[in-house]
Amino acid sequence: MKLKISFPEERVKSPILSEVIIKTGILVSIVSSHVDSKGGEIIIEVIDKSYEAIKDEFESRGVAVQLLDTLICRDEKECVDCGACISVCPSKVFGYAEDWSLTMDTQKCIRCGLCVGMCPHQALSIDGTDCE
Amino acid sequence: MAKTIAEINEKIASGNVCVVTAEEMSDIVDNIGAEKAAKEVDVVTTGTFGAMCSSGVFLNFGHSEIPIKITKMFMNDVEAYSGIAAVDSYLGATQVSEKLGIKYGGAHVIEDLICGKEVEVVAQSYGTDCYPRKELTTTITLDDLNQAIMVNPRNVYQRYDAATNGSKKIIHTYMGELLPDFKNVTYSGAGILSPLSNDPTYRTIGAGTKIFMGGAEGTVVGEGTQCSTASGYGTLMTTANLKEMTKEYVNAASFEGYGTSLFLGIGIPIPILDAEMAQATAVRDKDIEVSIKDYSIGKRDRPVVRNANYEELRSGSISLNGKDVTTSCMSSFKKSRDVAEELKRRIVAGTFLLGANTTTLPPKQSTKPMKETNKTPVVRDVMGEKVITVDESAGIIEAAGLMKQNERNHVSVLSNGKLVGIITSWDISKAVADGNTDTVNACMTKNVITCSPDETIDVVAKRLTEFKISAIPVIDSNQNVIGMLTSEHISKLFTRGKHE
Ligand code: SF4
Ligand code: SF4
Repeated sequence: MKLKISFPEERVKSPILSEVIIKTGILVSIVSSHVDSKGGEIIIEVIDKSYEAIKDEFESRGVAVQLLDTLICRDEKECVDCGACISVCPSKVFGYAEDWSLTMDTQKCIRCGLCVGMCPHQALSIDGTDCE
Repeated sequence: MAKTIAEINEKIASGNVCVVTAEEMSDIVDNIGAEKAAKEVDVVTTGTFGAMCSSGVFLNFGHSEIPIKITKMFMNDVEAYSGIAAVDSYLGATQVSEKLGIKYGGAHVIEDLICGKEVEVVAQSYGTDCYPRKELTTTITLDDLNQAIMVNPRNVYQRYDAATNGSKKIIHTYMGELLPDFKNVTYSGAGILSPLSNDPTYRTIGAGTKIFMGGAEGTVVGEGTQCSTASGYGTLMTTANLKEMTKEYVNAASFEGYGTSLFLGIGIPIPILDAEMAQATAVRDKDIEVSIKDYSIGKRDRPVVRNANYEELRSGSISLNGKDVTTSCMSSFKKSRDVAEELKRRIVAGTFLLGANTTTLPPKQSTKPMKETNKTPVVRDVMGEKVITVDESAGIIEAAGLMKQNERNHVSVLSNGKLVGIITSWDISKAVADGNTDTVNACMTKNVITCSPDETIDVVAKRLTEFKISAIPVIDSNQNVIGMLTSEHISKLFTRGKHE
């Protein structure tokens, strides 16, 4: 499962992620990270049963953990099946079906947001709204 | 023996017509040949569904109790041109909202009208004896208008260019988001189903041709604006009644960083008069050529990166400079098919008759560029032409010497004659202060932002600001450094007055 770890401004400089990994021994793969002087956001992926343990470790260090169970989602009423989103996605989430309608392999989404800006019909979102 | 449109219409009326889509026709002609196909098939339906920016509607509001001669009008905050008599206006799809900007525009007002939503109208005038009223605010729906007639100056392009981006940063265009370093390609058009590709000599398409437009029955007005038949970029001016359109075939869009547009479904029925028409409608994706152009070059004639056909583009990836690059379509092939199928259904049901074209598109017509009386200078006119370079293996002392000798703050760094970096006097000061007296390679900036000699100064000046740099090497199409443009060159341009 994917988790969003949000670092507050004053904790950006501390090596929290490494501490947590060493302490828990949990394998973590980093999906994306945006860190600057005002704070940071790292998306990580861990196996499901590690969730509770890793969440506790981060939270005890004043770092917020959010479970990303809403990955990319599409408003089917607005989508026109153009496929514009296909070429910007770094994770190959989108594709065409036999009949040229859009297919989605949502689980591969790393929430980079590129497709959200690409869609001319504002049919895509990653903030969890508009999702079934 | 050749058929006439009147004969085909008789067949439609009597329920004996044979209609196939352009996709089906390609197989039929392959199987039985054009001669036989022309005998069996009467009509081939085409279809396209994509962004048609050059779209809009003429609206008539009727007269208010105290009459007004409207001079300025806003519909949901989007300006509609009202310099046509008193209560008519033209709402264009790409006009954007005063308050919301590119998130909402004329296209969205058009979609809202079709969906039966209420639209706020604010109008102004200077007032006359016969039209005393000066201001008006009201709310209307499509039903309240006397007429809402879509008239689109330029639709159904015969060919579209595909887009890619050779620059170092993501760009936002009407072809969508283009990733840096040629990482994606976007294209438009319906290929095998594209109306004008199925009648490339415009034998049956011209003023009077009846078409399917946004769900309504429409007509071709004639040649579209910027119609360039000589280069195979024909366009059509089209019209249909907005009141008969449905959201299924009309969709507002907003392209990030670009603006609004209207996605519209248009289908043109092609009468199969003889074997020549049967052959024309047998066209396939692989027969239709597209140029993939570099949209990061802010010029009218963008460089062609390579040519491709729709079959290659539709395969999902294409090779660019030796790498496989993912392709995306900006128009919907699925919906283009829906349009062709729906048009076929209507003709078979006898509810859609063909219209004979009374004129054809002007053959061999080309499009002139704009006459510009005040030309913006290009990089070549302004750049420093003396090229100062240093090899990446040179020491920084050598680079510093070159700078002093030539009174420069920037030097291009080469490796085997090709540009690999740029070194500035600041890079050298930093290196010296840190006690490094290394090679140029260790201190230079490696991701060099470049420009071409034909780009206009305003475009390149924007790039300097964006990347917070003060100089940019100028490279030709073979990647050779032919000059350097600095912010000093640009400021000189202004102090010495207008450049000729
Ligand atoms: S958010 Fe990024 S990874 Fe997820 S679907 Fe969109 S482009 Fe792909
Ligand atoms: S870009 Fe938007 S409208 Fe087009 S296929 Fe993707 S989600 Fe659908």
